[in-house]
Amino acid sequence: MLKRLHYIVLGLVVLLTLVILNLPSQTSARFKLGIGSLFLPLFGLASSSQHLIGAAGDAVVPRRELLKLNDSLRRENQRLRLQAMQAQETASENARLRQLVGWQRQAPWKIKLAKVVLREPANWWRTVQIDLGSRDGLRVNLPVLTTDGLVGRISSVSLTRSQVVLLGDPNCKVSARVENEARDTGIIGPSGPLDTEFVELGYLSGNANLKPAQNVVTSGEGGIFPPGIPIGKVVDVQAADYGLRTEARVKLAANLNALGEAWVMFP
Amino acid sequence: MNWLNTAFVLGAAFLAVFWEAAFSGVRYLAGAQIDLLPPLMVYAALCTGLTTVTLLALCGGLWFDSLSANPLGVTVLPLFAIGLAIHLKRELILRDQTFARVVLGLGASAAAPMLTLLLLLTMGQAPLLGWGTLWQLVVLSVGGAIATPICFELFGWLQRTLVHHGATETSFRPDREIRRGKL
Repeated sequence: MLKRLHYIVLGLVVLLTLVILNLPSQTSARFKLGIGSLFLPLFGLASSSQHLIGAAGDAVVPRRELLKLNDSLRRENQRLRLQAMQAQETASENARLRQLVGWQRQAPWKIKLAKVVLREPANWWRTVQIDLGSRDGLRVNLPVLTTDGLVGRISSVSLTRSQVVLLGDPNCKVSARVENEARDTGIIGPSGPLDTEFVELGYLSGNANLKPAQNVVTSGEGGIFPPGIPIGKVVDVQAADYGLRTEARVKLAANLNALGEAWVMFP
Repeated sequence: MNWLNTAFVLGAAFLAVFWEAAFSGVRYLAGAQIDLLPPLMVYAALCTGLTTVTLLALCGGLWFDSLSANPLGVTVLPLFAIGLAIHLKRELILRDQTFARVVLGLGASAAAPMLTLLLLLTMGQAPLLGWGTLWQLVVLSVGGAIATPICFELFGWLQRTLVHHGATETSFRPDREIRRGKL
């Protein structure tokens, strides 16, 4: 049986919860950031312990292995520099042609490297927190990517940390284009709670001609993600709503499970 | 030394929330991250007072939501409901039995995410749900069932080690001693 004290405490907790849940979004976000900042000392502890583990791991790698790695990295660096020279030439040619046609000149990507410090503790969202915040110039809706492909977008920013909502989260929808002749476009949405490597490409027309292994990139529509960022590859295609629509499963290019670092892109 | 026990419970909740966000090994192995707050709530409801249960629900819930994409405060009410329900029936529960602890941990760890999801859906949010959610609930429940007896053992050890227990008085009284003669 509930005693009077129990009733009072229950009432107080329910009231307090209702008040907190009905706070204006900005106030709630400030409270969230304030409470989250209590964990700051533990961030430092976790990163220094990871650094220690990394340093211990480096100490046991044999010199021969390091030389081999160094050699392969040097070769890759030379190859990438050649590619960059070629890309530079193509970019300047592109700029000249754009000027001749009268198109707006494309601005080069400005990017900043961020480290993933925390992951989502709840199982029904897909977010991570990175170690860059508003003092580093970050703001909401900036795209986040790795060298493999798109990761997500910034959903909230504090002074020193930001939350990134990942692809596959219900709150991260991306307009995407399939690299085929028809240039079919659709919307990237969540696939399932356990499919961390896959997303669903929906809202495709019923006669879309998709085939497995075709590349999927951002279409640039929506104003958040610039066009041409790789998202993944089509795995399988099925008709939906009696053939009125087509849906495709896409394997993400970026490995979101092993996300240690990511690049934040500034327009 | 009630306040010390409360401090232990809140400290453990703080570290548990950080562990859940910082280390994702279990998530990659089993497909879901284990939540350690329901096992802590089972311990608090059975072995501490209503104040500790309330504080754990408030602080634990707010800490959890601050690191998550959940709306702030959504985890508080499910945790408190579980804690209050167990606290009210604690005289009827064999709290020293490992089996009872496991069953309570299993139930609490399944109920907490379900109640939270129910609240989220009521608020018009769209969490990631599907058939895989059932598997995640199984993982959460089993993880919570394993963690609950460990919580009891850990706090028992902490109390034995850090909390001063007064020496119990002996029932021997020299003035009441029956002196026997030689015969």
